[in-house]
Amino acid sequence: MLFAKSVSLSLMLTELQIMFTRRRTWAMLAAIALIPIVLALAVALSSERLAPGEGPPFLDRVTQNGLFTGFTAMLLAMPLFLPLTISVVSGDTIAGEAGQGTLRYLLIAPVSRLRLLVVKYLGTIAFTLAGTFLLMVSGALIGALLFPVGPVTLLSGDVIGVGEAVWRMVLVASYTTISMTGMLAVGLFISTLTTIPVGAMTGVLVTSGVSQILDNLPQFEVIHTWLFTHYWLDFADILRQPIELSSMASNALLQLGYVAVFGSLAYGRLASKDILS
Amino acid sequence: MSAGSSWAIETTGLTKSFAGHDAVSAVSLQVPRGSVFGFLGPNGCGKTTTIRMLLGLAEATAGDIRVLGHPIPQEKESALPRVGALVEGPAFYPYLSGTANLIRMDSADRFSDPTTRKARVAAALDRVGLTNAADKKAGQYSLGMKQRLGLANALLKPRDLLILDEPTNGLDPQGTREVRNLIRQLATEGITIFLSSHLLVEIEQVCSHAAVMNAGELLAQGSLEELRAQGSTRVVLAVDNPAQAQAVVEAHSGGVVELSEGYLRAEVPDDFDTAALTAALVKKKIGVREVRLERPSLEDYFVELTGEGFDVVR
Repeated sequence: MLFAKSVSLSLMLTELQIMFTRRRTWAMLAAIALIPIVLALAVALSSERLAPGEGPPFLDRVTQNGLFTGFTAMLLAMPLFLPLTISVVSGDTIAGEAGQGTLRYLLIAPVSRLRLLVVKYLGTIAFTLAGTFLLMVSGALIGALLFPVGPVTLLSGDVIGVGEAVWRMVLVASYTTISMTGMLAVGLFISTLTTIPVGAMTGVLVTSGVSQILDNLPQFEVIHTWLFTHYWLDFADILRQPIELSSMASNALLQLGYVAVFGSLAYGRLASKDILS
Repeated sequence: MSAGSSWAIETTGLTKSFAGHDAVSAVSLQVPRGSVFGFLGPNGCGKTTTIRMLLGLAEATAGDIRVLGHPIPQEKESALPRVGALVEGPAFYPYLSGTANLIRMDSADRFSDPTTRKARVAAALDRVGLTNAADKKAGQYSLGMKQRLGLANALLKPRDLLILDEPTNGLDPQGTREVRNLIRQLATEGITIFLSSHLLVEIEQVCSHAAVMNAGELLAQGSLEELRAQGSTRVVLAVDNPAQAQAVVEAHSGGVVELSEGYLRAEVPDDFDTAALTAALVKKKIGVREVRLERPSLEDYFVELTGEGFDVVR
């Protein structure tokens, strides 16, 4: 009781230390940072100018205003690359500790299984925050280096200043992080099912793939708004004036639902599990 | 209060079934406080499964457990901070230093005092002789160093009970000796030590009490004297003419005499008079090269209990 507060904090700090001293984490973050760089170089080096609307959304805007690089890179990273890194960190949470045997030592320290789950989950959110913010920062820097920077023309046609544009970048990174919380919870649950991290990671990646495929099939329209990937690309609404809030609210609610359901499932599974690894 | 119980560990009818097969079957252990308790049995006999249940890692199918007076798993958060353990080998984050690993484990216990953490970690590392490797990544440790780091983890805080599962596994002879010395030293500090092993020598060297397990069942437990008393004293002789001597020895010991590898052996009472036997043999002009009494050994008793010997996996 005496140290309850601070010790929870110090366990969280060690969790962050574990997350961010791993070379794997840095490799993934480096790859995320490379996405906007590759994108900007490709656009800068290609001789043809894209007609408005050609290529991926926003791509034509990158050459007009470097600040769009981050947004465009996020659109490219959302469907596959970001979920890939998310499945690695979330699939590893419990399965990784179990596989290397540290789970049993944490539990006899003792840490309660609920506390451990919360700490592991917060660790994966920290990674996601780092990834999304890094992507926006890297995008803004390379964009500013290669293309003109100035007032940004939004999708709605309104023009905002550079300061306001930076603020929108922060919002996009936060929105995409929130969009991932549901998948992170699914990953946490899958991670309690096995002691083989790679198995859990693959399982998590498959769920995001299946969810996106279902979201693209009109036959499954009834369930579209229940899929955790459904609102992933809606961060584009942040690039309108005024910011379109309705889908953001639906997304937040949906993600919260996933966190509640899969968080409970993860706890139910871990709490009743015999730790034999 | 129950915490004042005289047993450091007490189980009643402890059973664990996996898919209908009893890995641990109705085990009732009683580990006295202050003892160094050897938990002996062949590999795969259910020792580690029992230890996992004692630590609340696995749930018992049936039976009760009390550790330091607390029912497990109900009150494991009260009991476990007073228990240090090494279970089925050490396990660490290979990319963290020895110090960082111990800080991680100590942080997991919310009753650990963060203000003394660094000092306790350093003291634990010092105690197992890892001070020089404290900043090295645990992944670069040798097997023996990992084992010591595991022991340091068990010694992070003042403990009432240490549960050590095969603590000398993977250690070289010197490391083994150091660990055994450390265990003896900890025992003199009044810490109860529950030591599982498949090596009889280890138990005989450091333990005051022991229990024997085989195929999931507890076959015997008690102090080493009590367990030794289960066996019998034998007289062993090397003589010039074994065939002729056999009758003399039989007459003196009043029992069956076996002859193997040039030695005669016979069960005798504890106070058997070897001088009288020697005199009788000499009188018959049988040269006696060697005569000695073999006190009952734990090994004989344990082999008797477990049958095939200690390294046999069932």
